[in-house]
Amino acid sequence: MSVDRGFEQPASFAFTPEIRAKADAAIAKFPKGRQASAILALLDLAQRQSGGWLPRAAMEHVAEILGMAPIRVYEVATFYTMFNLRPVGRYHVQLCRTTPCWLRGSEDLATLCKRKLGIEPGGRSADGLFSLVEVECLGACVNAPVVQINDDFYEDLDPARLEAVLDGLAKGERPRAGSQVGRQGSAPQGAASTPSAPGE
Amino acid sequence: MLRVEDRVFGNLYGEHDWRLAGARSRGAWDGTKAMLALGRDGIIDEIKKSDLRGRGGAGFPTGLKWSFMPKQPGERPSYLVVNADESEPGTCKDRDILRFDPHLLVEGCLVSGFAMGAHVGYIYIRGEFYNEAANLQVAIDEAYAAGLLGRDACGSGWDFDLYVHRGAGAYICGEETALLESLEGKKGMPRLKPPFPAAVGLYGCPTTVNNVETIAVAPTILRRGASWWSAIGRPKNTGTKIFCISGHVNRPCNVEEEMGIPLKELIERHAGGVRGGWDNLLAVIPGGSSVPLLPRPICDTVLMDFDSLREVKSGLGTAAVIVMDKSTDIVDAIARLSHFYMHESCGQCTPCREGAGWMYRVMKRLVLGHARLGEIDDLCEVSREIEGHTICALGDAAAWPIQGLIRHFRPELERRIAAHESSRPRAAE
Repeated sequence: MSVDRGFEQPASFAFTPEIRAKADAAIAKFPKGRQASAILALLDLAQRQSGGWLPRAAMEHVAEILGMAPIRVYEVATFYTMFNLRPVGRYHVQLCRTTPCWLRGSEDLATLCKRKLGIEPGGRSADGLFSLVEVECLGACVNAPVVQINDDFYEDLDPARLEAVLDGLAKGERPRAGSQVGRQGSAPQGAASTPSAPGE
Repeated sequence: MLRVEDRVFGNLYGEHDWRLAGARSRGAWDGTKAMLALGRDGIIDEIKKSDLRGRGGAGFPTGLKWSFMPKQPGERPSYLVVNADESEPGTCKDRDILRFDPHLLVEGCLVSGFAMGAHVGYIYIRGEFYNEAANLQVAIDEAYAAGLLGRDACGSGWDFDLYVHRGAGAYICGEETALLESLEGKKGMPRLKPPFPAAVGLYGCPTTVNNVETIAVAPTILRRGASWWSAIGRPKNTGTKIFCISGHVNRPCNVEEEMGIPLKELIERHAGGVRGGWDNLLAVIPGGSSVPLLPRPICDTVLMDFDSLREVKSGLGTAAVIVMDKSTDIVDAIARLSHFYMHESCGQCTPCREGAGWMYRVMKRLVLGHARLGEIDDLCEVSREIEGHTICALGDAAAWPIQGLIRHFRPELERRIAAHESSRPRAAE
């Protein structure tokens, strides 16, 4: 966690009562005395409450709840790529750059994003609506190329289809996640679906 | 070709109901109590007889792995941990089980947990799979409500609790000891083995870590018998397998097929063939990014199972088939994988932390031919110094794709270096 530049760290953070209840439920999954196991869940909740990123005060709040030294929490927060240590856009666009997506045109998607959003990977648009990062394999390789926006995967993309998704989001719509060419899950396009099991 | 009635995953593509009622209609949770009545040894014997090998990449015999857990309950509890941190480039099979057939996994957790004497199981799912984790949680909640999990699960007298735990973006947490570290609330840095998790695992207690697909097929094996499973595929490479076919094919897809299916048949029958026809094939990575690629001549005849692929110095890995046609910049394809390993190295062991980055920087220059001829051998040598000299297999995984490239495409590397050399302006002599 290097020096924070260009954005403000809120002075304090506390879970809302509803989110605190979710945090307690996450802690209860683990044996007594092993509450540290819930750290990923709590940091995720804190990030969601903070609008997609993890302020330092939130990490300290989590450390206090779990009875951990703050440094142990910083360590975890900086190790895992899903924790954003600086503010992100309302729509956090994660472009997969790894070989299976690249073979099917992920570089064209990167070009589209840079042009359309006017930002480079790592950047955030001026209106705060979009942020862009390039990530390693998202694990949906037979539906490549793939982009994850917040919690949803958009699959089987090309620049035009991704542009339609981004336009929809900008207008406040929620474009349907999953395959953008109407495939059923990971089935081969246009082919028969999973044969039903006997008796069905 | 696998017969329809031999498929384990009746809802791989998710067009049917994935919830409890739908799963039951496809055979899940049928006779689970009777399976548990076989007893721990009975279940493990049956799984051993089936010759099931782990589906996470290493192919270790599953029944044998389960038998390493303590037979008598000691002071320390035993744990089942399911590895759903699916992140190997090319691989997206567990995702379909988690979102479309989660009850097979939940049932498998109960059965395998019982067989290893565990009352608690954790499913560690990669953080990016948010919607998949939500489906899985619904399936677990349904199973509790129906008395299939929890106290006296399925009326068997065995108590079993199952929890979903989401990761937060780290490939290394798919390594079993890194996964345990992460589950304990730490950075996902692998542990030295031995001690193995079956002796000292989660919280220092006996633990077995298995892949999603391994656990999800176990109940069906017990229902239909070890001899049914072992009749599919080839000796020591038995049963069905979900293959992920990505890259330059006409119709990329996941498909459940029998082990040992010829690679060519797999691609042509299920993925609509290579883009531009089989003759347009350049190379295939047959088992996820960590295994060495195979050039076209080997692809013509190789069979897709653990032992056949090992014979050609590659591996089945996760059975993620990445197809590359002749338009592919093969050096860039592998350089991108080198970038992946550089990014995902946990930084604990020097050979991997420094070596993965060094190899990526050389690979990046090789894409353009900006290198000396001797650097090909340097790269090969450094990769062999990384391989086997790290705590976990990530160092090996970073080395193997490069070794495969050099083994099969050295002339292409030399051509690029020569082309760059001849295009360079020279000082007058």
